[in-house]
Amino acid sequence: MTIWNLSSFLQPYLIIAVMLFVFGFFGILYHRTIIGMLISGELILAGASLNLVAFSRFQSPNPVTGQVFTLFIMGLAAAEASIVLALVVTMYRNYQSVHASTLNELKG
Amino acid sequence: MISSDIITVLSGLVFLIFSAITLLGALVATFSKKLIRSASGLALSFVGMAGLYYYLHSPFLALMQIVIYVGAICIMIMFTMMLAESSENKGITTMSAVLSVLALIGCSLMAGGLIFLVGTSSWPVTQRYASFASVKDIGRDLLYRHGLVFELISGVLLVAILGAILIARSGRRKA
Repeated sequence: MTIWNLSSFLQPYLIIAVMLFVFGFFGILYHRTIIGMLISGELILAGASLNLVAFSRFQSPNPVTGQVFTLFIMGLAAAEASIVLALVVTMYRNYQSVHASTLNELKG
Repeated sequence: MISSDIITVLSGLVFLIFSAITLLGALVATFSKKLIRSASGLALSFVGMAGLYYYLHSPFLALMQIVIYVGAICIMIMFTMMLAESSENKGITTMSAVLSVLALIGCSLMAGGLIFLVGTSSWPVTQRYASFASVKDIGRDLLYRHGLVFELISGVLLVAILGAILIARSGRRKA
C-alpha cells in the first residue's frame, strides 16, 4: 500500500467515513440551531452511506446490495430533510427564532 | 510501463483530492458560525463523496449523490435559511463554550478509537461472484429483490411531502 494506490484498499474509505460520522456527531452537539443540527445529521448519514458502499465494493459477495441500500438512505434522507425544514419554517413563524434553546415551553 | 505508472499516480492524486474535498467540506459544515457557510460546506463535502463513489465502482450512485444531495437537499436548506434566520451567534456563554470543548474532546476520543479499530482489524476477502455492478443490475435488484422496500420508501416519501406541506401551511393567515 503506497500513497498512490490508496483507492484500491478498504481502510482509507472507512477512515473517511469515520471522520464524516464524527464531524456530524460533534456538529449536533455544537450547533445551536435546528438547521445546523440537520446539516450535521446529513453528514452522519453520508458517513454511513460511504461505509455501506465501501463494504459492498470490497467485502460483500454481491456488489449491488450496498448501492441499493445507499439509494434507500438517500430517499429517507430527502424525506427527513423536507419534514425538518417544514418544522423549521413553522417554528420561525411562531417563535421568530430557529435556536433550539427557544423550544422550552414544557420546562417546569 | 512508464505510462501505467503515470496513470496510477494521477488516479491516486485525484483520489487524494476528492478525500481532501470531502473532509474539508465536513470541517466547514461543522465549525462555521454562519449557516449559509455550513450548507455550502455540506454541498462541497457531497461533491467530494460523489468522486469517492466513482472510485468505489458505482458511477450511478455518484450521479444520484450530485442530483439528490447537492441539487435538492442543499438547495432546500438554503431556501429555508432565507425564510428563517441564518446566524448562530445568539446565546454563547462560557458554560456552552466549556461544553463545546468537552464535546470536542469526547468526539476526538471516539474518532481515535474507531480509526484504531479500522486499522487493527483484519478484513477477510470473501468469494465474490461479480466485481462490478452495472445500472442494469442495480435496477433489477431494486425491483425484484428489494421491491417491497422500494414501494415502502415511495410511500414514505409521499407521506413526507404531504406532511411537510401541511406542517408548513399551518398557522398561516388566509390571504
